[in-house]
Amino acid sequence: MEKFDVIIVGAGLAGLATAYTLAKEGFEPLVLERGDYAGAKNVTGGRIYLNPVRGMFPADFWDKAPLERPVTTEIITMLSGDAATSLRFRAAEFAAPPYQSYTVQRVKFDRWFGNQATCAGAMLVTKSRVDDVIVDGGRVVGVVAGGEELGADVVVACDGALSLVAEKAGLRKPGQPQDYAVGFKQVVELPEKAIEDRFGLPAGEGAAQLFMGALTRGRFGGGFLYTNKASVSLGMVVGIRDMMDGQPPVEPGVLLEEFKQRPEIAPLIEGGEAVEFSAHVIPEAGYNGVGKLAGDGILLAGDAAGFSLNMGLTVRGMEFAIASGVIAAQAIKRAAEKKDYSAGSLSAYRTLLGDSFVLKDLATFREAPHILDNPRFFTYYPELAGRILRDIFSIGIQPKERFGPTVRRHFGLADITGILKDGWKGRKL
Amino acid sequence: MIKPKDMKAMLGVNVFKHSNKPHIKIVPGKEKDERLLKIIYACPAGLYSQNDDGEVTVNLDGCLECGTCRIACGPDVLDWYYPGGGSGVQFRCG
Repeated sequence: MEKFDVIIVGAGLAGLATAYTLAKEGFEPLVLERGDYAGAKNVTGGRIYLNPVRGMFPADFWDKAPLERPVTTEIITMLSGDAATSLRFRAAEFAAPPYQSYTVQRVKFDRWFGNQATCAGAMLVTKSRVDDVIVDGGRVVGVVAGGEELGADVVVACDGALSLVAEKAGLRKPGQPQDYAVGFKQVVELPEKAIEDRFGLPAGEGAAQLFMGALTRGRFGGGFLYTNKASVSLGMVVGIRDMMDGQPPVEPGVLLEEFKQRPEIAPLIEGGEAVEFSAHVIPEAGYNGVGKLAGDGILLAGDAAGFSLNMGLTVRGMEFAIASGVIAAQAIKRAAEKKDYSAGSLSAYRTLLGDSFVLKDLATFREAPHILDNPRFFTYYPELAGRILRDIFSIGIQPKERFGPTVRRHFGLADITGILKDGWKGRKL
Repeated sequence: MIKPKDMKAMLGVNVFKHSNKPHIKIVPGKEKDERLLKIIYACPAGLYSQNDDGEVTVNLDGCLECGTCRIACGPDVLDWYYPGGGSGVQFRCG
């Protein structure tokens, strides 16, 4: 059996960050990727927040990275059946380098990242699916890929949200519908100038727009629109449990089509060409979904470890994947110094993660999934905002009432108790 | 209900590399499982359908490998694995 020091399963952000960091430390890690190239199976909304991971890489790394547009404009939109209420935020701080976040297309970025890792000394083998893990006396000692047995001191499972590798190694159980959402999106190509004109952006700047309300027909989730350089990523995220049980049932394709046809969206993508339709599951359980992170001879990183966080107005995952990969590499380096790859030795990984923003942010917002799992956010509040603003803005035939009573009419006892209850629950956020 | 031809058009722009081996199989005896009936609606690519006998069948052409059916149905109902290396969807944007 051919033997490697480290085998990394999956050339996504976690896997490539592990490989890159290890290679820089003098290791020769092997990355196995089932797609034709790094990124071939990877999907984001998406946008990446750089501040937490910037310092983990050389100074010019992020300047060279093929990212799309820096996000300088944040838009939150609540949709009811016939109204849309938006909040648009732009701050000078977000519009000056170093930019805090960028829109990104994973294929472009991951291919580039893969090259950086191989240039640093990692080995990347594509078109290679890991079929199984090899366990000897309770210890992971390698993997089977394409019928071939490959040995390793340590295997890093970076195989994404389902992590069948972690399942096979006995570190995880199959995921449950209430803990996952499915994201699905289209990439629509548009000229750069059209994007800037339609979104009211200065040249080169980008916008991120999140939607909640009628578009999910009461289901947990929402919509997103990210401006890339010469395309927009337009899609939705819906909880899998609600996708299964929501009545009447509706397909993701129908929800997306309805969303695209809304008057708030249609003019933004008019004349654009849809060039890709993609989908992926997303861990939504937050901190409570993080289980075992290490076993004898194995570590989990990125989505495979459940590192993603929906904070309502910000949705994060990619910087957790990158940071967990870097930290996995640090833990492996320590284990290699002791030549001890047991679960006990590799438990340094959890300790290091606990000192980093990864587990800290997940822990701080541990109540977020519970608070966001509230149908009122997807129906009642978007409708309430639409009703109140319609009454304030409308000038009818009748003499206009003062604003106080106009607004108060929308708050009966049930409304007030409901809002207070949600506010009380939300205090933990 | 989305028309199958509209879904075909959405998926038609993607790059797929055909695999001869089906990577998702319905576990024999589970063809009428209620989780499978629900995935007919939840699958983003609309790959699941019900035949005249009320059994659910899956056509893997256009599979986005998203994992929704694996999460929804679990391994009791679906014998689920990724397609072999170098086959299946190859995203160009992601």
